[in-house]
Amino acid sequence: MAEDMRSLVNQTVERFGKDRHRLMDIARALHARLGYLSEETIGHTAQALGIHRVEVRDMVSFYSFFSRKKQGKTVIHLCNAVVERMKGADAVGRAFERELGIHFGETTPDDAITLHHTACIGLSDQAPSALINGIPFTNLKPEDVPGIVKAIREGEDMLNMPQAEVDSNVRRPGEVIFAPMERGAAIRKAINMTPESVINEINKGRLRGRGGAGFPTAMKWDFCRKAKGNAHYLVCNADEGEPGTFKDRAILQECPDLVFEGMTVAGYAIGAREGIMYLRGEYEYLLPSLERVLAKRRHLGLLGENICGCEGFSFNIRIQMGAGAYVCGEESALLESAEGKRGAPRDRPPFPVQKGYKGEPTSVNNVETLCCAARILDRGGEWFASMGSRDSTGTKLLSVSGDCEHPGVYELPYGITVKKLIDMVGASDAQAVQVGGPSGRCLAPKDFGRSISFEDVPTGGSVIIIGPERDLLECVRQFTEFFVEESCGWCVPCRSGTTILLKTLEKVMEGRGSRSDLANLEKLGKTVKTMSRCGLGQTAANPILTTINGFPDLYEARIKHEEYTPAFDFKKALEVGCEAAGRNLELEGIHV
Amino acid sequence: MSKDAVTFTIDGVEVKAKPDQTIMEAADAAGIYIPRLCYHKDLLPGGHCRVCTVRVNGRPANACTFPVNSGIVVENDTEELKALRRDIIEMLFVEGNHYCPSCEASGKCELQAMAYRLELLTPQMPYAWPKRELDATHPDVYLDRDRCILCGRCVRASVQLDGKRVFGFENRGAQKRIAVDSATGMGDTDLSAKDRAASICPTGCLTIKRQGYLTPVGKRPYDKVPIGSDIEKKQAAG
Repeated sequence: MAEDMRSLVNQTVERFGKDRHRLMDIARALHARLGYLSEETIGHTAQALGIHRVEVRDMVSFYSFFSRKKQGKTVIHLCNAVVERMKGADAVGRAFERELGIHFGETTPDDAITLHHTACIGLSDQAPSALINGIPFTNLKPEDVPGIVKAIREGEDMLNMPQAEVDSNVRRPGEVIFAPMERGAAIRKAINMTPESVINEINKGRLRGRGGAGFPTAMKWDFCRKAKGNAHYLVCNADEGEPGTFKDRAILQECPDLVFEGMTVAGYAIGAREGIMYLRGEYEYLLPSLERVLAKRRHLGLLGENICGCEGFSFNIRIQMGAGAYVCGEESALLESAEGKRGAPRDRPPFPVQKGYKGEPTSVNNVETLCCAARILDRGGEWFASMGSRDSTGTKLLSVSGDCEHPGVYELPYGITVKKLIDMVGASDAQAVQVGGPSGRCLAPKDFGRSISFEDVPTGGSVIIIGPERDLLECVRQFTEFFVEESCGWCVPCRSGTTILLKTLEKVMEGRGSRSDLANLEKLGKTVKTMSRCGLGQTAANPILTTINGFPDLYEARIKHEEYTPAFDFKKALEVGCEAAGRNLELEGIHV
Repeated sequence: MSKDAVTFTIDGVEVKAKPDQTIMEAADAAGIYIPRLCYHKDLLPGGHCRVCTVRVNGRPANACTFPVNSGIVVENDTEELKALRRDIIEMLFVEGNHYCPSCEASGKCELQAMAYRLELLTPQMPYAWPKRELDATHPDVYLDRDRCILCGRCVRASVQLDGKRVFGFENRGAQKRIAVDSATGMGDTDLSAKDRAASICPTGCLTIKRQGYLTPVGKRPYDKVPIGSDIEKKQAAG
């Protein structure tokens, strides 16, 4: 048995060229075969790669989809993101616990099924949802659970289950993303231009990165192109992990060709021979269809050597799977992860365009940005810039979910007001709108006249509607909890600060807080924002800070009007000791 | 200084630097102390603690990795930054289990010394009281994770100075911890008490056995002068 495992490890390591940079793929392959990564597997892997076991453990212990404990043959990941819980994920979770006779984090005694929670899996528009051995299940109801568990136990093909279905849910297609385009049209235009003119055309369109930060794409490509290196890389960031975002899922389902077209154009512009699509682990179910599209494009000469007959232009694309870590959506963490390491962000400078993948100049672009780039090549920068608002040209995909009648993906010109959007999606009575996910901001009705654009309210795509009946602070608490879970732990303010923010918020919500706790939340929030190493930490306090600002009454209503209340609950602390000693203070007449 | 020397200011004081220096290196050379914990002059910077955060042209950046540039305006010793840095030290105190009075690192502990320098009184943030594993399996070195601040100095020193890979990280977020390169404990690694990694810890997390409390109170490094005095002395002398 031990020998079998060793040879499996050796074969797997061989398959990935004994390349340490492919440790993510190696670990994924071994995890898929063995169900978990034991200390023994970790040791053999290190040995086969000629590295230290502490390096392998460092990497595998980072990702939530890797287990180091033995798991069941079937692993259920029920999503407990905010919107999922709005839609009844808790009841579905209880149904699973009841049906399986275990709690979350446990495996059934017969080693058949393991039950886990997971952060947003990009299905907020079809919540509650779960991944069962990677297969997405949507619109779950507690009454579905017995049938699903029975099917698992009887070894049925999960793909045949009626709930194993993902609707791309494009409610409103636009002209940039969800419009037809002939395969290769943008590439053929590009190769008849110099790389510089390609970049110039993108510049005419004034395209800005769709991931949320809005960096001008042409400038990024130009920096990358001009940076000296042994090789240049183009990386497509398909790791959309912001809770409430699922627009890249819709793109990858509906028009993957457009993304690969954009990647190829970008590769030409920056002088890359290799493109990597970093696909989040949660989207593994999209992998087979994406690989088929890539194969087709290779067959058509749209990838490979001398693309479209252009002498010397060679470009290929491989898909790098992730393994469950929100922070890997941050471009430098993504590169670390793609190099087979823990997804810890890097300090900048140097920027990825100077030193990116394997230390070489790399342009990391969002899925949607690359689609826009392909469309600009096809229809021209001027046409693209004629849509949108002053500083935000083109259209934006919005993933709308939560308390609305028509959740789904909307492609709309930049500049649309929040008011117009919520009317469109059937949520006119919204209490609040969370734009940009937890890392974005929570807008109160007084702000609904503001516009979705880089110059006003930017978003990577997530729009979560919070209806009038919701406990908004509970949403804020869950968002904050999400950051605690997803902090990589590299730097102090994010690792420790997020936990302290959560504890202080909970104290306020439990009615034990005072005015000084509100002041502490604001002060600490500012510290975490200012001192953190990357975007995750810099935005982790946003749910608290933006709601203290927009909804001060909600906080006021929960606090005690005393200067200071202790965090330490004396009564609660005594309970443990009293129980152990078999004492009842009340009966003894002792009041604390 | 060569002709491509870079000139910039720290809190209004003009500083000359070599173009390939970081703000931290240039400040040290000029006798200006920027508070730090995970930084060590013999190691590549790790960027973990963020205590060395300064403002560069108004924007926060960590001095240990940020390159100097001609004309940049660096803020260091300001009330705002002092308060932010103090928050970080406080976070570290409540995140781990630090009992200064009984700790053998007291008086030479950089975390403790930084708390004094930044005038941190008793922490008011909620304590985490984590349960952390102690590793005493090595014959000559203790690993007491209660006192770990995850600065990563041991991780870097083992690779960069000792040519080994004794330490690494494990897990993420609040569960992140120092790991050792063996399936059992530190005793089964190739760590030697003579390794730089064994004695580069800024706190009492990694300590050499049978060396505790050898220096009497009053003669320990930070008993009489605050941390950073060695660097500031240069300025006074220069």
